Amino acid sequence: MSDQITFTIDGVSIKGKPGQTILQAADEAGIYIPRLCYHPELAPHGSCRVCTVLVNGKPQAACTQPISEGMTVENDTPELKEHRCNIIDMLFIEGNHFCMFCEKSGNCELQAVAYRLGILAPKFSYLFPKKDVDATHPDIFLDLNRCILCGRCVEASKNVDGKGAFEFVGRSIEKKIAVNAEANLKDTNLAVTDKAADVCPVGTINKKRTAFAVPIGKRLYDKKPIGSEIEERKK
Amino acid sequence: MAKPKIATTSLAGCFGCHMSLLDIDERILKLIELVDFDKSPVDDIKEFTGRCAVGLIEGGCANEDNVHVLQEFRKHCDILVAVGDCAIMGDIPAMRNNIPLKECLDEAYLNGPSTYNPEKIIPNDKELPLCLNRVYPCHEVVKIDYSLPGCPPNADILWQALVALLTNKPLELPYELIKYD
Amino acid sequence: MSEIQAEVKKICQTCGNDRAKMMDIVRAVQQKFGQVSSEAMNLIAKCVGCHRVEVESVVSFYAFLSKKPKGKVVIRLCNDVVDKMAGVDAIAEAFKKELGIDFGRTTPDGKISLEYTPCIGMCDQAPAAIINDEVITYLSTDKVKEIVADIKKHYDPSKLKHRLGDGNNADELVHSCVHNGLRKKGQVIFADYKSEAGLKNALAVSPVEVINVVKTARLRGRGGAGFPTGIKWQFTRAAAGEKKYILCNGDEGEPGTFKDRVILTERADMLFEGMTIAGYAIGAENGILYLRGEYNYLRKLLEKILQNRRDKNLLGKNILGKQGFNFDITIQVGAGAYICGEETALISSCEGLRGDPKTRPPFPAQKGYLECPTAVNNVETLCCVTRILEMGAAWFAESGSKGSPGTKLLSVSGDCKLPGVYELPFGVKVKDLLKDVGAQDAQAVLIGGPSGQIIGQNDYNRTICYDDLATGGAVVVFGPERNMIDIAAQYMEFFVEESCGYCTPCRVGNVLLKKYLDKILAGKGEPEDLDILQKLGESIKLTSRCGMGQTSPNPVLTTLKNFRKNYESKVKKVSDGMQPTFDIRAALADGEAIAKRKSVIFTK
Ligand SMILES: Cc1cc2nc3c(=O)[nH]c(=O)nc-3n(C[C@H](O)[C@H](O)[C@H](O)COP(=O)(O)O)c2cc1C
Ligand code: SF4
Ligand code: SF4
Ligand code: SF4
Repeated sequence: MSDQITFTIDGVSIKGKPGQTILQAADEAGIYIPRLCYHPELAPHGSCRVCTVLVNGKPQAACTQPISEGMTVENDTPELKEHRCNIIDMLFIEGNHFCMFCEKSGNCELQAVAYRLGILAPKFSYLFPKKDVDATHPDIFLDLNRCILCGRCVEASKNVDGKGAFEFVGRSIEKKIAVNAEANLKDTNLAVTDKAADVCPVGTINKKRTAFAVPIGKRLYDKKPIGSEIEERKK
Repeated sequence: MAKPKIATTSLAGCFGCHMSLLDIDERILKLIELVDFDKSPVDDIKEFTGRCAVGLIEGGCANEDNVHVLQEFRKHCDILVAVGDCAIMGDIPAMRNNIPLKECLDEAYLNGPSTYNPEKIIPNDKELPLCLNRVYPCHEVVKIDYSLPGCPPNADILWQALVALLTNKPLELPYELIKYD
Repeated sequence: MSEIQAEVKKICQTCGNDRAKMMDIVRAVQQKFGQVSSEAMNLIAKCVGCHRVEVESVVSFYAFLSKKPKGKVVIRLCNDVVDKMAGVDAIAEAFKKELGIDFGRTTPDGKISLEYTPCIGMCDQAPAAIINDEVITYLSTDKVKEIVADIKKHYDPSKLKHRLGDGNNADELVHSCVHNGLRKKGQVIFADYKSEAGLKNALAVSPVEVINVVKTARLRGRGGAGFPTGIKWQFTRAAAGEKKYILCNGDEGEPGTFKDRVILTERADMLFEGMTIAGYAIGAENGILYLRGEYNYLRKLLEKILQNRRDKNLLGKNILGKQGFNFDITIQVGAGAYICGEETALISSCEGLRGDPKTRPPFPAQKGYLECPTAVNNVETLCCVTRILEMGAAWFAESGSKGSPGTKLLSVSGDCKLPGVYELPFGVKVKDLLKDVGAQDAQAVLIGGPSGQIIGQNDYNRTICYDDLATGGAVVVFGPERNMIDIAAQYMEFFVEESCGYCTPCRVGNVLLKKYLDKILAGKGEPEDLDILQKLGESIKLTSRCGMGQTSPNPVLTTLKNFRKNYESKVKKVSDGMQPTFDIRAALADGEAIAKRKSVIFTK
């Protein structure tokens, strides 16, 4: 088997390694494919669907689809951008995102992808659901108003920390994150040093006493759009 | 040719967006060259005097008066802009949106930890506008043409947007100006 | 040890304290205690060695399981579109009145719960309900009175008196009032056949040759997707792995589909023979029949048939003397989740997990049940296999159309004179089918269930087959007076409830589609809303993770296409800039009530 796979993204020829997903190969090549649930150190979850690309004309999630020789991938097209904007809008309106007092604001990946896509306001009305906040843990608090069900905490706690502190419960629009206890986060063995406490892309899993440490203007996505760090790899 | 007119209002907002508008600093002089202000807290004109090119709305609708004012704006303005997160999605006032109104009033006036209200009175003068069951973002009440996010939106986005709208240019906002906080 | 501790421990032990048997464990606990309580979750987790939240994760996923206590008797009234057309609303009122409770509630004495449930596979005898495991069909308000009075005597639904149905429905192990409603027998499934001839022929040749016969017959999956069965088996056989599995998809959840019910009632032997042939072909020693929870009333019969087959060495070791061919079948009962019909969700469920679909690749043929190569096939597909092996590939290809050999079971319901199951050769024209079922005045026909298409009269010359109108079997007829936008909205409600919630577009997008339809139905729709529906529907289809979201916008998109005029006549351009959905009276209702005064600004 050859140790290199050649394919194209938006007409640009890319070389990747066998076993890589489209997203991994694109990242290495300095091409940004918008994404939310994907985390480079965790198994891909494939739930947000923001990284949907067309592979030989067929929609696939770039984070779970392996590369293959000669495939053509479309990524940066007006149609896909519209679909991605629709998905981002859905994620906003299914939760309660009050960015102005959110600890994650400026470093939040959901917000950042929305900025990058130029979204001024979601085009759907907010659903204003009732969601729980759990501040019982001494070092961590959980605000489900902002959860995008990316599964990172579940995966990290189960397979990196070996604890299983988080799981999904319920289905449909009622699906949510639950903790491995009768009710409260404090009754789990989650520790502030766990991977699971570190991976949330939004302001749901927060470490207490760390908020607003970085001033506006210096936060991750204040000046440069999310994905710039990937695009800078391209020479 | 007469200058186009703009109108502004603050509904269930904190006037932060208006402060931000004033924050355009010396460009306010240029703005005055471009437009006349009609109904607005800036000049304290209380009722519309005529048709306006642009209406800037700060805040969502928390009570009946907010709804009334917003509807008046829609009737009098060619372009209506939701300015700031409260106008766009209700924001802090909308945090009450999944709590019944009665509970909100009780918490605010009777049960809140910092409340001192020995007579147990919930204000109810007939001059007071009635509360809505929840806070409605502006676009749920009237058609909104543009949204400028931020809490508040910074002066530059307001300036650039206004100039674009008043000079009929497309609204193209640079990355650094789009912020939801 | 308290009762619950002892019982839960016993249940877990019976299931070998096996994490993968979670579905059986929680079903048994639910049955015993009317709930899977927080305490029970802790106990189960301890017994099978998993995290407590994993148990909760499973319990919270399935409609038939609950953390909160339910009555000893749970009445689940089917509120499918067809039942609505058959007058289920009046039935619902009758249940409410007789029980004195609303839907979603339990009587104050804690004995009876009342709920709605989506399609239970009884559309041809709607309105229908399931009471615990008992199916009650052709409900009337009088019958509701009788049932409730009867139940209140013993709180044991199995003692309900009713007239028995035909065929095996009258078997003492089934003892059900369900009718087969078999209107037309075709050449394949419901023809007379020589049982076990197919299996014997299969065992006389090599597994690869069996696969070749199925390939030559060009058999395609009957579950909806139409994947060539022979190729699926070839992949599964070729995949690396010691253990392999054949799973039979008996979830039959697509609203309007009830043909597998009739197979399971009358042709279970043919099905199990087909599974055995499949096991031989792909090299599996184990088969699982995934039976939807709604069909649990058939379980005892199916278990008996399996036992008979074991007794006759049609299952077990060295089947029919074929040295080294060992194969057996178990039954996994579901618990109320449409998505578990999707093959990877079905695998998840069999593994004792939430019914979330799995990420593909790997495909089930490579890594399926418990990571082993797995073939998932529909009930009807496996019956076709039995007949193909009995009669030969050429015989099979004689019927049907060019790209779609064989017959198809169609379950027809809705506004027609003769609802029921029809076995017809592929290629039948919609027009001719409508004539057969007595529905020439149909305004619209749903082909393939809500995930299929809603077509209008212009399309009645089209044919039912894989290359034109594909269907897993559902055909629902809508008469001239039906409101097609309302029908689409009801089907969207179904998808909203049944989305597994894993991915954004299906979880949220379907909710939005439903909201826009409701807006239009309330007379507040605007022309732009039609574009929004179209674009949103396309986004959901294109970006969703599994077949559910990839098809769930179809009720909207196909009615938008085929019944556009209905939509256009319902929407109005807004010229005053006001938002038609904003309702100042509703918005002020609480404020006025609390302040005890009326608005002076908004007097109308
Ligand atoms: C949401 C959803 C529900 C499905 N439900 C069923 C079902 O109830 N029965 C079934 O046989 N196939 C169902 N399918 C199709 C299965 O995924 C799969 O294609 C089929 O079981 C394969 O068997 P076949 O090739 O014999 O048709 C469903 C698919 C989706 C996406
Ligand atoms: S999680 Fe992100 S998008 Fe949500 S409120 Fe916080 S900063 Fe805003
Ligand atoms: S809590 Fe955070 S990491 Fe966990 S699923 Fe929600 S958004 Fe993802
Ligand atoms: S499309 Fe997504 S949310 Fe819908 S059922 Fe499939 S995986 Fe679940």
